[in-house]
Amino acid sequence: METVKLICIGCPMGCDLSVDLENGVPVSVTGNTCPIGKKYAEEEVTAPKRTVTSTALSKDGVPVPVKTAGTVPKGAIFAVVSDVKKAKPSLPVRIGDVIVPDAAGTGVPVVATKDVSR
Amino acid sequence: MAERVKLAIIGGGPAGMAAAIGAYEAGVRDMVILERDTELGGILNQCIHNGFGLHTFKEELTGPEYASRYIERVKELGIRYETGTMVLSISEDKKITAVSRARGLFVIEADAVILAMGCRERPRGALNIPGTRPQGIYTAGAAQKLVNCDGFIPGKKVVILGSGDIGLIMARRMTLEGAEVKLVAELMPYSGGLKRNIVQCLDDYGIPLLLSHTVVDIKGKRKLEGVTVAEVDKNSVPVPGTEEFVECDTLLLSCGLIPENELSLTAGVKLNPVTNGPFVDDRLETNVEGVFACGNVLHVHDLVDFVSEESERAGAAAARYLGGSAEKSEESVVKIEPGDGVRYTVPSTVDREFCDDLIHLRFRVRDVYRSCAIVVSSNGRTILTKKRRITVPSEMEDVILKKTDLKDVTGPVTVSIAGV
Repeated sequence: METVKLICIGCPMGCDLSVDLENGVPVSVTGNTCPIGKKYAEEEVTAPKRTVTSTALSKDGVPVPVKTAGTVPKGAIFAVVSDVKKAKPSLPVRIGDVIVPDAAGTGVPVVATKDVSR
Repeated sequence: MAERVKLAIIGGGPAGMAAAIGAYEAGVRDMVILERDTELGGILNQCIHNGFGLHTFKEELTGPEYASRYIERVKELGIRYETGTMVLSISEDKKITAVSRARGLFVIEADAVILAMGCRERPRGALNIPGTRPQGIYTAGAAQKLVNCDGFIPGKKVVILGSGDIGLIMARRMTLEGAEVKLVAELMPYSGGLKRNIVQCLDDYGIPLLLSHTVVDIKGKRKLEGVTVAEVDKNSVPVPGTEEFVECDTLLLSCGLIPENELSLTAGVKLNPVTNGPFVDDRLETNVEGVFACGNVLHVHDLVDFVSEESERAGAAAARYLGGSAEKSEESVVKIEPGDGVRYTVPSTVDREFCDDLIHLRFRVRDVYRSCAIVVSSNGRTILTKKRRITVPSEMEDVILKKTDLKDVTGPVTVSIAGV
């Protein structure tokens, strides 16, 4: 059995988690103080995911802050950012507007996080 | 003739907006928020990363999204705000002198004032780093504004001094923008930022965090060429022989935040030398009657959620003061003092007769303490004990006292960490 130590990123508490793995499959999580910690630990040792935030440069040259509308696989972060940089949204942009419909083939859209006008 | 207003709020960031909403909900209508930037939202506008609002909204928002919730509410309630307006001074009788493009120089006479100016970053000049003064040295927040709001990337090879949250966030941000972040050096043996930021911003990208390290030299005549990083001993003194030169074109400083209280001083507000923020009572009122303080101008917070919560209370307290129902008595005021392991407390006094039913005590610990307990006591009597698995200086602590707990208290109330 293998044990992986993690720090939970579910909230600012940052609980010290310990995950027991059997053949790469998580069998128990300890150290968490809430269900978010358990879910995070199980996901982190099998398929780690992150919310990605960045800025898309609008046609007018003003940056538009964006985020992935959900989490994406950790390995796709740079590809998602690359797709964001290719997008050239036209202003004005409203909060929640879709900037990239499917970021790097993850099926997760990238949306604006701020109202931006010229 | 000077304009008159019941309540003036200085600053339209998270603290100012929440204070205004808190005051509105407690019945105040005649008020104005004065904001020096061109839009409301304050520093949240440049904090495009996620992680805000878990406490307030039970969901994870980015900075601009968190701000927009409050901006929408301010607009919905019809709370007046003036952007592009720089407050120059506040007199002891609450005359506010401000300047804006639209109005020029003008004076507002307020019955109550809420200070919500936030904080600023400690610059290189305050850090005593030896070396030359080339281009390429920024505070982390200045770089954040350049990247996120102005669309400029300050450099390609980056060293970050200080592991404050903005520095950690910028390590990831610069990496995603194509820069190489070589390392983060932290003077203390522990990080100055939240643990989750170390995982998500450094570990995810393989950026080393060198604890007990600092920058001892800066090289470059016109443009930064590199910095010398060295290990420090227990007294933060560089250890000879550990110096290492790191080539870089950008040095970001994330070495602490200082409440911005120049205006508070013009009003005669007394500051706590530990927090650099005003001394306040349980109503968040300063020593100047009718002048309240909240958010990072009062003490630097770790989470904006706590700023919002505290600021709504300041707004409600200002409303009560304006309504004439803010009774107080000199005799029933007791001091709240930091004990072992505690750096400061906010508030620093409580009126045990006229306080609210619940009193929020916020403070920071001096060091990392494991399996400890927060103890609130008075004259040797324990009022409250709260067990903690771990406490760290980078995270704010919070205990809530009941008014009934303070009924028989005569001497000062002490907040300490047991077993230190």
